[in-house]
Amino acid sequence: MRKPLFQNLLRSPLTVAAPAPSERALAELGAKVDRVARQRLGRSLSIREVDAGSCNGCELEIHALNNPFYDLERFGFHVVASPRHADVLLVTGPVTANMREALERTYAATPDPKWVVAVGDCGRDGGVFAGGYACIGGVAEVVPVDLHVPGCPPNPIQLLEGLLALLQVQ
Amino acid sequence: MVHLAVHESASGTVGVASLPCPDGQFPAVGRQHPPAQRLERTIADLVGLHPVDAPDARPWLDHGRWPVRHPLGPASAPGESLPPYPFLAAEGESLHQIPVGPVHAGIIEPGHFRFTANGEAVVRLEERLGYVHKGIESLLSGATLERAARLVGRVSGDSTVAYALAFARAVEAATETDVPARAHWLRALLAELERLANHCGDIGAICNDAAFALMHAHCAVLRERVLRASAACFGHRLLMDRIVPGGVMMDLPTDGIKVLRALVAEFRRQFPPLIDLYDNTASLQDRTVSTGFVRPALIGQFGCGGVIGRAGGRAFDARRTLAYPPYEQLAFEIPVLTESDVNARVWLRIREVEQSLALIEQILERLPPGPVSASLNRPGQPREGVALVEGFRGDVLVWLRLAADGTVARCHPRDPSWFQWPLLEAAIENNIVADFPLCNKSFNCSYSGHDL
Repeated sequence: MRKPLFQNLLRSPLTVAAPAPSERALAELGAKVDRVARQRLGRSLSIREVDAGSCNGCELEIHALNNPFYDLERFGFHVVASPRHADVLLVTGPVTANMREALERTYAATPDPKWVVAVGDCGRDGGVFAGGYACIGGVAEVVPVDLHVPGCPPNPIQLLEGLLALLQVQ
Repeated sequence: MVHLAVHESASGTVGVASLPCPDGQFPAVGRQHPPAQRLERTIADLVGLHPVDAPDARPWLDHGRWPVRHPLGPASAPGESLPPYPFLAAEGESLHQIPVGPVHAGIIEPGHFRFTANGEAVVRLEERLGYVHKGIESLLSGATLERAARLVGRVSGDSTVAYALAFARAVEAATETDVPARAHWLRALLAELERLANHCGDIGAICNDAAFALMHAHCAVLRERVLRASAACFGHRLLMDRIVPGGVMMDLPTDGIKVLRALVAEFRRQFPPLIDLYDNTASLQDRTVSTGFVRPALIGQFGCGGVIGRAGGRAFDARRTLAYPPYEQLAFEIPVLTESDVNARVWLRIREVEQSLALIEQILERLPPGPVSASLNRPGQPREGVALVEGFRGDVLVWLRLAADGTVARCHPRDPSWFQWPLLEAAIENNIVADFPLCNKSFNCSYSGHDL
């Protein structure tokens, strides 16, 4: 175990430079993020991920945010295991009828102030799954959404651009 | 009408048996063959056909929250709300229940697990799935081939290549379309890249669930390199919508072979030290060896495919057992282990990563020239087709019926997880609760693929 650890001390890190926050996301967030809340929470935000019906593609890319290339935690974002510890809900998928209550209860369990980020084309409007009997539609149909990160799935850089906008808005 | 796809391993024969159900019922196969039970409960939920004498009459995907009952059959408005779901009983002194989910602690899909434990030891686990049911089969009915391919490619995002391939092959079987050789080879290249990325991610994630984050970080780097090479060569990190009925969407770009050779070379440098790291870390082995054992007899009974099956002695791999092009022209091994525990499932993935690397090298070496797609034949009458391909998780089956106008009349994509989820309930028995994440990750079943 020591060998790979020592070798890594000598290598340059793989981490990519931070992208600029997405202009579009900043515009969407502009009016919504409360200055007082921002001051209170500073630059450290806890994220709870909720799959409300996704195909699992978005989850794979959200996972990738934690790999050494994107290193989400360097920005103060931390993925937590309970909505009770979270400031941000990262919600994926078309919200299915069978997940609606679970999403509502997760939202209710998240303390204020809180933000909801809807991830992916399905999170925006149901995507390819819109229109069926089993899907409610986008995340905003069920809980208030502060920011949309589109894509099928959005790649880690697009996700970072959106999340960084949360930190940038003053 | 109900359909039953069968495979006899001794003779290698496959077939689809179909039974018309004019009186709305069919004899329950699940009575004699438990693996059919959840599928039959699903048929009852979605189509409204009644499995006669079924041992388990509870609903499965229908949680009583849809605006219709039997959405794929004689749809009707939902009647009175469904009663609370009765979980199976476990009786004894000092038992307690632990309900987990549907929202889980990690970045994973939703599902409910009901543990009954005696202290640390799990005496019963029962799964309750269906939370991500999106009504995909209903959306597929009447869809154009283009839309259907996009939908099937999103049944389970991590297996998008396998699903797109199975769908394309089923359409090609139905329309009797021949695909150019180069398209077959590029499809195999895409499939092996998907296998490589997922196996790498899984090996790291299993170790991470034993709190060995070092392995997770290194495997995540390798996985990311596969995704980046995929994006560079084919324009999408997860390779969604690259395989279409008739062939593939795009050819490998001119520098593609160089990019992929560099990827394989990087793996050849970085992966062996990681295998040593796994092999030489006793505290990690202590968690994985003998944990989550599944009886090989059960694996055989359930026809459990993928890593779980092959780590438990079942030598089934659709690329070999029911070979499709170009695999019959490629040299590769199907690794099989018999220990059937978490450790065996890790080692099987390691061996399969090595095989995928060898396959990618061969494909890059021998990729035939020519066109990458052909136009589909238009039979002008209803046709059926079925295909089975080996995804990273196991054998993905797609059955479909095309209407005379070439649209999809019905399509059923069947995830390998249908026959793996039930075995997870068996794997955890007598293990401690704290080892459940390890067992679960070593299975890595799909929720979305199963819930449809």
